[in-house]
Amino acid sequence: MEISIIALPLIASIISGFFGRLIGDRNSEVITSLLVTISAILSALVLYKVIFNQYQDNIIIATWISSGTLDVNWSMKIDSLSAIMLVVVTSVSSLVHIYSIGYMSHDPHKPRFMAYLSLFTFAMLMLVTSDNFIQLFFGWEGVGLCSYFLIGFWFKKDSANTAAIKAFVVNRVGDFGFALGIFLIFYLFGTVNYSEVFELIPTIIDKNLIFLGIEVNALDLVCLLLFVGAMGKSAQILLHTWLPDAMEGPTPVSALIHAATMVTAGVFLVVRCSPIYEYSELALNVITIVGMSTAFFAATVALVQTDIKKIIAYSTCSQLGYMFFATGVGAYNVAMFHLFTHAFFKALLFLGSGSVIHAFKDEQNINSMGGVWKKLPYTYCLMIIGTLALTGFPFFSGFYSKDAIIEFAYLRGNTTGYYAAGIGIVTAFLTSIYSWRLIFKTFHGEYNNKNIKIEETHESPLVMLIPLILLSVGAIFAGFTFKELFIGYGGTSNFWQDSIFFLEPLSTKHPPLWFLFLTPVLVISSIPIAYYFFVKNKNLPHQIANVNKPLYNFLLNKWYFDELYDVLIVNPSKKLGLFLWKFFDIKLIDGFGPDGISALIKKFSIKANKFQSGYIYQYAFVMLLGFSALLTFLIVK
Amino acid sequence: MIEIGLGHYLTLGAVIFTIGVIGIFLNRKNIIVILMSIELILLAVNINLVSFSIYLNDLSGQVFTLFILTVAAAEAAIGLAIIVVYYRNSGTIRVEEIDKLKG
Repeated sequence: MEISIIALPLIASIISGFFGRLIGDRNSEVITSLLVTISAILSALVLYKVIFNQYQDNIIIATWISSGTLDVNWSMKIDSLSAIMLVVVTSVSSLVHIYSIGYMSHDPHKPRFMAYLSLFTFAMLMLVTSDNFIQLFFGWEGVGLCSYFLIGFWFKKDSANTAAIKAFVVNRVGDFGFALGIFLIFYLFGTVNYSEVFELIPTIIDKNLIFLGIEVNALDLVCLLLFVGAMGKSAQILLHTWLPDAMEGPTPVSALIHAATMVTAGVFLVVRCSPIYEYSELALNVITIVGMSTAFFAATVALVQTDIKKIIAYSTCSQLGYMFFATGVGAYNVAMFHLFTHAFFKALLFLGSGSVIHAFKDEQNINSMGGVWKKLPYTYCLMIIGTLALTGFPFFSGFYSKDAIIEFAYLRGNTTGYYAAGIGIVTAFLTSIYSWRLIFKTFHGEYNNKNIKIEETHESPLVMLIPLILLSVGAIFAGFTFKELFIGYGGTSNFWQDSIFFLEPLSTKHPPLWFLFLTPVLVISSIPIAYYFFVKNKNLPHQIANVNKPLYNFLLNKWYFDELYDVLIVNPSKKLGLFLWKFFDIKLIDGFGPDGISALIKKFSIKANKFQSGYIYQYAFVMLLGFSALLTFLIVK
Repeated sequence: MIEIGLGHYLTLGAVIFTIGVIGIFLNRKNIIVILMSIELILLAVNINLVSFSIYLNDLSGQVFTLFILTVAAAEAAIGLAIIVVYYRNSGTIRVEEIDKLKG
């Protein structure tokens, strides 16, 4: 049963990918959705067993590599952590599969799309159920590959192709660090299996080694290298530039890959490796700083963007920052909790925005929307639920997880902890402002679209609304229902068992009362503020933008990260590539190699060609000369 | 009065042979001339064979000559047939225009 959770999406992908044309669009849609849904139901059963029967298992499917001391298995490790991820991945994936039937109804390449989605699900499941770093890396690259396929799904669009390549290349930077981390683990421990590595950690705490000429602690280095990989995949600041561009892909893809599952793989990696990270104070501090910088940076950028999907993409980036600084302050279970709730409400927001885009016939600019809340009542309500959950409105799911992150950061009790908590509160306020800006600009105010009339906008079909409704149930209740299980203070928190390792038990103290109320009050008060700014007094934001022109441009251009990378990395490497191509390859290698030799041969053959006149009498004459020469030679000899 | 001996016959043979060879590759006009030149070469060989046959008192040389005459006749017949067919196909038998062997 457990293995079929992984196998079914793969089978679905093979059927739809190779035989999609044979069985038709509708059949491949039904088969992929059905198999992934079965897989989701089975995952829920596994989670049930894990919660109530303390079920744990490590199923070896097959031997993969067995070479010297390196033993790698295809395996399926089931514990609390992977069971949670199984449920998140398969449930969001199955809903996205069903949603795609409606969203992609006008697309000519449906089987290919469904095959990619299922293949992605398979790779993600391989990633989360691995019991060693190599299979983790396999899944890691697999999801990266599917992400590339799906971002570039509309391959006729130039921007989609460049975005896909950008995502791939930026992820290579992270993966390089990740691969180095795995090499280092094998070098230090002689094994890549989690359980063996984690057991050996205490033996090398004081080991130092030389890296790039600097002597560093081996564990710090392992942690930082693995974290570089996590930064790439989870779009943390410096390596985040691919995520907003990845919105070129179809919206269901953004919901599944770039919000709910793949981008959280980095968080999952850090949580999975908690036995390593717990021993590295330095790495944890770095993670906290990177996480909170990302959270703050992405939230400020999201304030001024106008593309509905880019706003949500930056919001994802920001929420991932929250998860990272939760792990950084040692609250791994809280990070997983936020990952869990975030998967629901962010997938809901993305699919909801997909529904809006669908209604406006592929319009993504929120300035060209507005005033349609009566026309799209279901989408409107669902988006509101998603927004309430995202902003952490009391008693919605985001409220429990996000506030817990801020509380635990505060309870960490050191400088980075307090700093992270402060940034977390400011970011929560910003999150609330940009989320409500999105809602008000999209659904309220006057209707601003010149291309289609308001009467032509239409509510999405039922096949798109049902996944939204299911997700909204998750967005409302996931936090309340699972709070005790994930981050319960008392006896219930042994849910995690040994899948998460705490060097010191998490603080069970409570932060002061005013602190607990601070975030919800800010979040609630932001609603009227946003309403005043974006509905009542629309000129005010423009005036503020005009007064603070440099700041506004700074935010609008995403802190100039892309421009900076263009100047520092992209253009120099383009120039270097051009030089190597034009001079090194064409002039040197080809000039003296293939091209040179062939030119030489051609020159000689043209000369030799002149001997071939085609006249019989000349041939006869040459024959005669040769014959006489031979004869003379024989006689004289 | 000069005695006509073996040397003279061989010289005649050599002269005719050379005329035949030169006829093959100096000829630019007509392919039939080439056939005739081959005939000349064969005749030069015949003269050599006959003179040596008399010089050595051995009849087999003359027998060979008869064989060669037969073969030459057959060769001329086949050669002319080829030329006729070639003329039908390409409309010319001028040596300068026959350069289909050119690569």
